[in-house]
Amino acid sequence: MRWRRRPEADAETPAVALGSGIELRDVGHDYGDRTVLADVSLTLTERRVGVIGANGSGKSTFARLLNGLVVPTSGTVLVDGLDTRTQARAVRRRVGFVFQDPDAQIVHPTVAEDLAFGPHNQGVPAEEIERRVEEMLDRYGLAGHRDHPAHLLSGGQKQLLAIAGVLAMRPQRIVFDEPTTLLDLANTRRVARVIEELEQDVVVVTHHLDLLAGFDRVLVVEDGRVAADGAPGETVPWYVARMD
Amino acid sequence: MLSLYVPGHSVVHRAPAGVKLGLLAALGVGLFLTERPAVVGGALVVALAVGLGAARLPWRALAAQVRPVWLWLAVLFVFHLLVTDLRTGTVAVLRLLALLVAAAVVTATTRVTALVAVVEWLASPLRVFGVRPARIGLVIAMTLRFIPLVAERAARIREAQAARGADRLRWGMAVPLLVQVLRMAATVGEALDARGADDAPARRPRRRPAVAS
Ligand SMILES: Nc1ncnc2c1ncn2[C@@H]1O[C@H](COP(=O)(O)OP(=O)(O)OP(=O)(O)O)[C@@H](O)[C@H]1O
Ligand SMILES: [Mg+2]
Repeated sequence: MRWRRRPEADAETPAVALGSGIELRDVGHDYGDRTVLADVSLTLTERRVGVIGANGSGKSTFARLLNGLVVPTSGTVLVDGLDTRTQARAVRRRVGFVFQDPDAQIVHPTVAEDLAFGPHNQGVPAEEIERRVEEMLDRYGLAGHRDHPAHLLSGGQKQLLAIAGVLAMRPQRIVFDEPTTLLDLANTRRVARVIEELEQDVVVVTHHLDLLAGFDRVLVVEDGRVAADGAPGETVPWYVARMD
Repeated sequence: MLSLYVPGHSVVHRAPAGVKLGLLAALGVGLFLTERPAVVGGALVVALAVGLGAARLPWRALAAQVRPVWLWLAVLFVFHLLVTDLRTGTVAVLRLLALLVAAAVVTATTRVTALVAVVEWLASPLRVFGVRPARIGLVIAMTLRFIPLVAERAARIREAQAARGADRLRWGMAVPLLVQVLRMAATVGEALDARGADDAPARRPRRRPAVAS
């Protein structure tokens, strides 16, 4: 395992010696009597992990398991040794989540207010929240939109706001569930670049295969199982070949 | 209509939201205790002076608030002319106008977060009954956020139906809209979880000091 630097995380959270990374042990998930995910055992320690697969294969369920939004019906998910079943809050502080539709995750009427929401929930002091909000507004070119209603932003700006809203919470990892599906080409590239530049570990579920070029590892999900797992150079062509 | 805040650094902008809301409430009560046109008219002039002068709000920010109701004001005036007299009618219209303008000034110079904080503070005695004031605040903020969004989705569905030849407004539109809204609500719930809405501290950290707008 490579040693990775996490400058921000180290400052705020004590290092967890035991099992760093996200570990899934014999994980299965059912919705009612429908099995959506079965027998998944793996450990994610890479900086950039991609997840691909057909519609309905179980990618979103897999992604939601990683930060405790979904608790597995069998098996265990550990984030830096924390069980998502019993330590959901601590896990969610470590693992941010960006959804496909930014409209569903922007919950405050204006841009700056929405950015402040996450850190506020974490009990971050007001001055520090203010600092982070300014930083995010700056970094993602939203400074001119500080007090603008979120619904007037473009689709790309909304997704950047959604990402910034998660980053303002300073998670160590971020899971993205199809962050570029609703975006045009220019904005897809922009979000791809943003993800590339993140210092956090990321897991990205996507149908945009070219997003995964520089990734360290790509999982292919098929009918609720991890059908392939490896470097993008191997798994992506394998997946594409299977679609023909 | 929901993007009422007009950024600025004036005295009115910087005044605490609680004070502004308190004054607005007092004005609301006070205006109904008097029947004197001079007092009511004076209140309107003061509200305009505070808004356009002290707060440097653009004229249209206030006009936009009055526009949706001017017809009602006119109807009210005519009604009074017919039933009571000119003086009563003038007072009634000026009174509502003064309140409208004053309310518009408050909302244009106060961020939603600050208004919500006041509401939360007012609701804090309810905590003994198990009410969580932060939740009330969040609901208000989310309502303001999602009304335009739902309106937008409704418009899109209407377009989609028009594109397929349904040129009249149909009740059938409600079904896809409801489906969309419910689906989105499920994701919003997850997003609230993911963004730690459950972890909200018992006490809201104070908003930043008067330096900022
Ligand atoms: N809350 C739920 N209740 C019941 N069934 C669900 C629920 N969420 C997902 N499913 C079902 O589980 C299966 C896997 O869904 P999931 O969303 O994980 O797939 P996905 O790979 O993300 O698909 P897509 O590419 O379309 O996003 C699907 O058949 C879906 O219908
Ligand atoms: Mg999905």
